[in-house]
Amino acid sequence: MSAFVAAPAVETPLGRFLREFGESRMAVAGAAGLFLILLAAVLAPWLMPQNPYDLAQLDILDGNLPPGSEGFSGTTYWLGTDDQGRDMLSAIVYGLRISLSVGAGSTLVALIVGCAVGLVAAYYGGPLESVIMRVVDLQLSFPAILVALILLAVMGRGVDKVFIALVIVQWAYYARTVRAAALVEGAREYVEAARCLALPDRRILFRHLLPNCLPPVIVVGTVQVGHAIALEATLSFLGVGVPITEPSLGLLIANGYEYLLSGQYWISFFPGLALVATIVCINLVGDQMRDVLNPRLQR
Amino acid sequence: MTAILEIRGLRTWFETRRGVLKAVDGVDLTIHAGEVLGLVGESGCGKSVTGFSVLGLVDPPGRIVEGSIRFRGEELVGASQERLRQLRGRRIAMIFQDPMMTLNPVLRIDTQMIEALRAHLRISWREAHARCRDALARVGIPAPEERLRNYPHQLSGGMRQRVAIAIALLHGPDLVIADEPTTALDVTIQAQILHEIQTLCAESGTALLWISHDLAVVSAIADRIAVMYAGRIVEEGAAETVLEHPSHPYTRGLLDSVPSRNRRGARLRQIPGMAPSPLALPEGCAFRPRCAFASARCNQAPALTTLAGGRRVRCHHPLAPTSPDIVLDPAVRNA
Amino acid sequence: MLAYLIRRAFQAGLAILVMAVLVFIGVYAVGDPVDILISPEADLAEIEATRRRLGLDLPLWQQFLIFAKNALAGDLGRSFVHNEPALRLILERMPATLELAVSALLIAVLVGIPLGMIAGLRHERPAGRAIMAASILGFSLPNFWQGLMLVMIFAVFLGWLPAGGRGETVPLFGIPVSFLTLDGLRHLILPAVNLAIFKTALVIRLSRAGTREVMLQDYVRFARAKGLCERRVVLVHMLKNILIPVVTVLGLEFGSVVAFAVVTETVFAWPGMGKLLIDSILNLDRPVVVAYLMLIVFVFILVNFMVDVLYTLLDPRVRLAERRG
Repeated sequence: MSAFVAAPAVETPLGRFLREFGESRMAVAGAAGLFLILLAAVLAPWLMPQNPYDLAQLDILDGNLPPGSEGFSGTTYWLGTDDQGRDMLSAIVYGLRISLSVGAGSTLVALIVGCAVGLVAAYYGGPLESVIMRVVDLQLSFPAILVALILLAVMGRGVDKVFIALVIVQWAYYARTVRAAALVEGAREYVEAARCLALPDRRILFRHLLPNCLPPVIVVGTVQVGHAIALEATLSFLGVGVPITEPSLGLLIANGYEYLLSGQYWISFFPGLALVATIVCINLVGDQMRDVLNPRLQR
Repeated sequence: MTAILEIRGLRTWFETRRGVLKAVDGVDLTIHAGEVLGLVGESGCGKSVTGFSVLGLVDPPGRIVEGSIRFRGEELVGASQERLRQLRGRRIAMIFQDPMMTLNPVLRIDTQMIEALRAHLRISWREAHARCRDALARVGIPAPEERLRNYPHQLSGGMRQRVAIAIALLHGPDLVIADEPTTALDVTIQAQILHEIQTLCAESGTALLWISHDLAVVSAIADRIAVMYAGRIVEEGAAETVLEHPSHPYTRGLLDSVPSRNRRGARLRQIPGMAPSPLALPEGCAFRPRCAFASARCNQAPALTTLAGGRRVRCHHPLAPTSPDIVLDPAVRNA
Repeated sequence: MLAYLIRRAFQAGLAILVMAVLVFIGVYAVGDPVDILISPEADLAEIEATRRRLGLDLPLWQQFLIFAKNALAGDLGRSFVHNEPALRLILERMPATLELAVSALLIAVLVGIPLGMIAGLRHERPAGRAIMAASILGFSLPNFWQGLMLVMIFAVFLGWLPAGGRGETVPLFGIPVSFLTLDGLRHLILPAVNLAIFKTALVIRLSRAGTREVMLQDYVRFARAKGLCERRVVLVHMLKNILIPVVTVLGLEFGSVVAFAVVTETVFAWPGMGKLLIDSILNLDRPVVVAYLMLIVFVFILVNFMVDVLYTLLDPRVRLAERRG
């Protein structure tokens, strides 16, 4: 005997997602922080007092000023300057642009590539799948940083080369996730039904199989964005990443390292703080998205 | 006969996110020295939780919210963890359902048996080893010396359960609580294990609380039977009386649904409906929605009343002792 | 058991062979190996001499044999910058890196497992939650930033520990180690902790997950029902079951610890293989990079093999299944 419950009002999937996402205050805080960071990054040229990449705007006599001091031209350097006279605040925000675009961009491209490869492997099976998965396993058995270092050793420095290296490092993870999901989904009836209708393979793959394999991929993606940004920062810090002319946060930190020991902490500290804040926000958002999208967690 | 275990008004509830799960909601039981009490009920009625409550082994978020459990006059509810630990395995032992999961897969049999001994006695490892070997031999395990060196997964299901029985009887406890010990075993092994436990307990005068959903098994071994439904005892009495002249409609329904009791070719009988979820017990008698004899009176929860002959029943309309073949399905009855 | 070990050893050997072929293809077959193996400042005569020595005018398969023969003999090229055999350079610095890696793993296990078990046993209480929050910070924050913070706090502001470099070393079985001297220990602490943070966070999460799973198992309840004291239940019954997946993952992570040492060694100016790698990359000293790659691959596969053996020792079910199978 069960009481008859009135049917709830219809809620769209997006609505439900947003509601469940909002259940965690930390995640909402992270999302808010992320929004602010993105906003600053996008509006940088209009918001920031200085373009740190434009050498004409720099005055080396303004170098190594502590936070809050006034420069020769009268602008207040809220976060101090580095040895080249760059305003730290501007440098950080511009550096954020590079860190974010390389990190998020490479994740997106790696996701697309990995998904495509994983889907193909799962759908066609056979020797093709074996070869692909062997390559994936091989690559995944090596730590990402090592693969990235070797790639950059071969390719040299440059923003585009870092981007390519990050994509190569990350695609395998998505390929494996998608293939696992596709194997499960591919056994379901709707795929068989589509095949019976003699729909072309490509259509089945992209219109039927792919949307259902996306949730675990999105989960992996949200976690990976943070890792990609951290990896890019690490590579730049080591000196094999972006070139000096377009510093990302990692390079800024590296530049300031030698001054750290003499007490001029702000050149490394503030970019570090910005990097950490970005990664923490991304992880908070990613964690909650993972909990919400995880099909295994009954809600 | 002296009562060694007296449970009065036991309530064990689980506070979960979805609400309060009333697994045990008012259980009264008495077990006397040396007797076998069968606790019967379907899955989810709370019988296992009752067993765990006695030893204080209910995992959080479950806890005993009310009631008294007296073992030889000593109150167990609210007793210190150390006191409970002293009693566990020594005066009250337990046998679980699935021996594969109750024996630690990464530890050897001798380790797990010897530690049970040495938790309560100061004896040397060699002495303990010898006693365990004898215990295994007593439960009918051949080549006990070798078995002691094995890991659980190297033994068959029946053997593992014998090991569990041996462990339970190591200290000669006053009471053994057996939670569905034969359910996970093959039918042929079931009979053996059943016989084993019965003989050992009779020999040593150990009281036995046999928890099961299988009426056939319980009927073979119990002196008294208690029937549980939705967290409460609904009927209790001497085994023959309960089995042959059940008073509670649920007991009657249980007995009737045993396939071997039906005439060949006749429709199998069943109790209509489903047991209520422990999260949402109905007001009044928990069996009311499925009972063919329910009346307006049943909206009030019946208390456990004592009938003639020491039987107890929780029902406003207990069946008369000599009821003829009663059809329980209200649809057919009212047709 | 022996058959199993031999089989695994054979598989490991095969994996090394495959990697050797891959590296060979990467270096010799793609592009002109001359660029990679010869200093860009060499003159024509030197280039020709090297070509002949390396057999670069021979068919590819013969080159591979020469490459393999050289590799087995320990000749993996010569560093431009240091003008020494690349392999010797790397091996000289290996003890420093290994010292760091092993210290980091020890810290991760000795700190991570107890913390993880506490987090699992008390997962609803503040202690458990705090440990989990800390672990999240531990593995999401970039390694080098954590190192910088350590330097800033302990070396610059507090002045307790040195900011970099390796301390005094004493030979142990002929290998210079620094943890046996007080000065060496002082220099070792910060970089070891830095390297350990990531792994400790991982171990904490693994142990916690393992503990939560094991806590609910019937055998834990049965152990309590036998009257065992709580300490024994946790330390004997639960711990061994938790250790198995943790040890496996940790063993596989050893390779990544050695790889991540690259960052730590750079931050703390620790004279290990990692720092050598970075310097070589920046200086375009490619033979060293190639030699490092080969060596790392070899170490990886060796470690994987050893983890397999350790796993069979820990989990009796695997050991006995193999014996029967």
